Amino acid sequence: MTAAAAFFYLFAGVAIASGFMVIAARNPVTSVLFLILAFVNAAGLFVLMGAEFLAMILVVVYVGAVAVLFLFVVMMLDVDFAELRNGFQQYLPVGGLIGVVFLIEIVLVVGSWTIDPGLVQAPLGNVAAGESLTNTVALGRVLYTEYVYFFQLAGLILLVAMIGAIVLTLRDRPGVKRQNIAVQNARTQAMAVETRKVPSRQGVEV
Amino acid sequence: MPTVHSVLPTLAPLLPEIILSVGVMVLILYGSFRGERSTEGVNVGALLLLVLAFFVVIGQASDLKVTTLSGSFIQDGFAKVMKALVLLGSAAAILLSRDYFQRARIDRFEYPILIVLCTIGMMVMVSANDLIALYLGLELQSLAAYVIASFHRDDLKSTEAGLKYFVLGALSSGMLLYGASLIYGFTGTVSFPGIVSALHDKAGFGIVLGIVFVAAAVAFKMSAVPFHMWTPDVYEGSPTPVTAFFASAPKMAAVAMTVRVFIGALPDVTAIWQQIIVFIAIASMALGSFAAIGQRNIKRLMAYSSIGNIGYALIGLAAGSEEGVRGIVIYMIIYLAMTLGAFAIILSMRRKDEMFESVEDLAGLSRTHPWMAFCLAMMMFSLAGIPPLAGFFAKFYVFAAAIKAGLVVLAVIGVVTSVVGAYYYLRIVKIMYFDEPKAPYEAMPAGSVIVLALSSIVVILFWLLPAPLVGAAGAAAKSLF
Repeated sequence: MTAAAAFFYLFAGVAIASGFMVIAARNPVTSVLFLILAFVNAAGLFVLMGAEFLAMILVVVYVGAVAVLFLFVVMMLDVDFAELRNGFQQYLPVGGLIGVVFLIEIVLVVGSWTIDPGLVQAPLGNVAAGESLTNTVALGRVLYTEYVYFFQLAGLILLVAMIGAIVLTLRDRPGVKRQNIAVQNARTQAMAVETRKVPSRQGVEV
Repeated sequence: MPTVHSVLPTLAPLLPEIILSVGVMVLILYGSFRGERSTEGVNVGALLLLVLAFFVVIGQASDLKVTTLSGSFIQDGFAKVMKALVLLGSAAAILLSRDYFQRARIDRFEYPILIVLCTIGMMVMVSANDLIALYLGLELQSLAAYVIASFHRDDLKSTEAGLKYFVLGALSSGMLLYGASLIYGFTGTVSFPGIVSALHDKAGFGIVLGIVFVAAAVAFKMSAVPFHMWTPDVYEGSPTPVTAFFASAPKMAAVAMTVRVFIGALPDVTAIWQQIIVFIAIASMALGSFAAIGQRNIKRLMAYSSIGNIGYALIGLAAGSEEGVRGIVIYMIIYLAMTLGAFAIILSMRRKDEMFESVEDLAGLSRTHPWMAFCLAMMMFSLAGIPPLAGFFAKFYVFAAAIKAGLVVLAVIGVVTSVVGAYYYLRIVKIMYFDEPKAPYEAMPAGSVIVLALSSIVVILFWLLPAPLVGAAGAAAKSLF
C-alpha cells in the first residue's frame, strides 16, 4: 500500500513538474523531451490504477509516434518559438479566465461526487462480477462484437483523414523526374547504347 | 464460461449505409487507379449510389422501430425521412458542382467521394441512438466537410474557410465530448434509452452542465446563434457548390441530431433544455433578420438566411411536442427545396469564366432571364413566408405547434422577425424586376436546371398537394413519441 502511494506521488509529481517544464523550457526540443517524460509518468499512473492496456497504448502511440513526430516537426520546421511566446502576456487574461472556469467546473463535479456518491451512477459494465480479466482481454472481447459499429466508423473517419490529407497537399509538380521501373527494366542494349563514327577534328552532335 | 457473440447483429436496417460505404470504397479504388481521367465516372457512380441509397431508405418501413448493433443504431420513421432529405441534398450537391469545378479547373475525383463519406456520417448522426455513435457520425461528417471547404486549395479564401471551419469545429467537438462525458458520468450509460431511464425527470447539477455543453456543440453544428460566427465566412470562402452543400444536407443532419438528443435522450427533463432552445431560437431569428440587411454578397446573405431559418425550425423543438417535431420536419423539407433552388440560380450567375456573387449583379434579371428571375422570386417570396408558397406553410406549422405548447411570446417574436427578414428577401425581387439590366449571363448548366426545376415544383406547388409531405413528417414525428 505504502509502496503504491509512494509511486503514485513520484509519478504524479514528475508528471506535473515536466508538464510545467513543457511550457517553461526555452528550447523547443527540450519542451518535447519533457512532454515525453510527462507521457511516460502518466503511463506509470495508469499501471498503478490497473489499466495496463491504456499504459502500453500511451507509451506506444504517444511516446513512440506522436512525440517523435513532434520532435521531427520542431527540428525540421524553423519555428520561432520566442516570437510565438510574445503574445503570451496579451492572451493571459482570456486564457486565465477559461482556466478558472474549467477549474470551477471540475471542483463542482468532483465535489458533488464526494459529497453525494449516489448522484453519480456506476457505469453498467459488461464484465461479470468475480471474473478476473486483464483489461486487454476485456477490451478484446467487446471491440469486435459489441462495439464493431464504432470500430468500423472510426475506420471510415481515418479514411476521410487520409483522403483529405492527399486532396489538400498532394501536387503534381511538372518537370520532376520520376523513376519508372518498368521502363528501366525494359531497356535493351540497342536502346541505351549508340555507336557512332567520330570524324577526326569535327566531333558529333550529341 | 462467458458468452461470446457468435451471431452477426441484424444488419438489414443498415443497408443504405452499407451500400454507400462499400460503394465509396470501390469508387476510391477506381479513382486512384485511373487518376484524373476518372472524374466523370466517379461523379456518375457517386450520384447513382446516393440515388440507390435514397430508394432503399424510402422502401424502409416507417412505422417500425428497430435498434441494432447493441442498441447504438436506430431505424424509425424519423430516421427514414431525415435520411431521405440528407441523400437528396447530397445528390443535389454533386449535380450542382460539375460545371463549376470543371471551369475552375479543380475538377477532381475526390469531391464526390468526400460528399458520399460525409453523407454516411450524416446518416449515422440521424440514426444515432447513443452518444458514441452520435459523436462518430458527427466527426465523420465534419472531417469531410472541412476538407471540401478548402477544396479550391489555391484560392486564399477557400483555404481560409477550411481552416476556420476546422479550428472552430474541433472546438465544438471538444465541447460535445466534454458534455457527453459529464452525462455519462452522472447517468452511467451512453445509450439514449438508458439515459432516459436513469434520469426520470430529476437531473442534478452535473447533468445540467453536460446538457449545456452538448447544446452548445449542436448549436454550432446547426450554426445557431451564439455559435454562428463561422457561418458567413465559411459560406463566402468555400467554392459555391460546397456552400450549397453546407446549407442543405448537413443542416438536415444537424437538426435531426438535435431532435434525437433532446427528444430522444432527454424527454423528461424538458424544463432544463427548453429555455436554452428558446433563447437560441430567438437569437438566431433576430440575428438572421437584422444582420442580413446590410449584406452585399449573396453567399453571405444566404448564410444569414440559413441562421434565421434554423431559428424558426428550433421553435418546433422548443415546443417539445409531437406537433413541434412534425413542424421541424416539414420546415426542413421546405427549407431544403428553397435553399437548393436559390443556390442553383446563384451558381448560374456567370459570364465568361467569371462568377458574380453580389446582390446587385442580379439587376434586371427579369428581362435577361425571365424564367430564372421568376424562380428566384418564388424562392425569395417563399423564404419571406408569403402564402401560398411553401415557406408560409413551413412557418405556419412550427408557429402553430409553439402556440399549442403555450409559447405564444416565442411565436410572436418569430412572426415579427420574419417580417423584418422579408425586407431583404423582397429587396432581391425588387432588384431583379425594377433595376436596369446588365449583360445577360451564360446558359444554365444541366445539373442546375434539374435541381432548380425540382425545388421550384416543391416550393410553388406545395399548397396544391401538401398531404404526402405533411403525412411523412407526421409519421416521422410519431415515431419519436
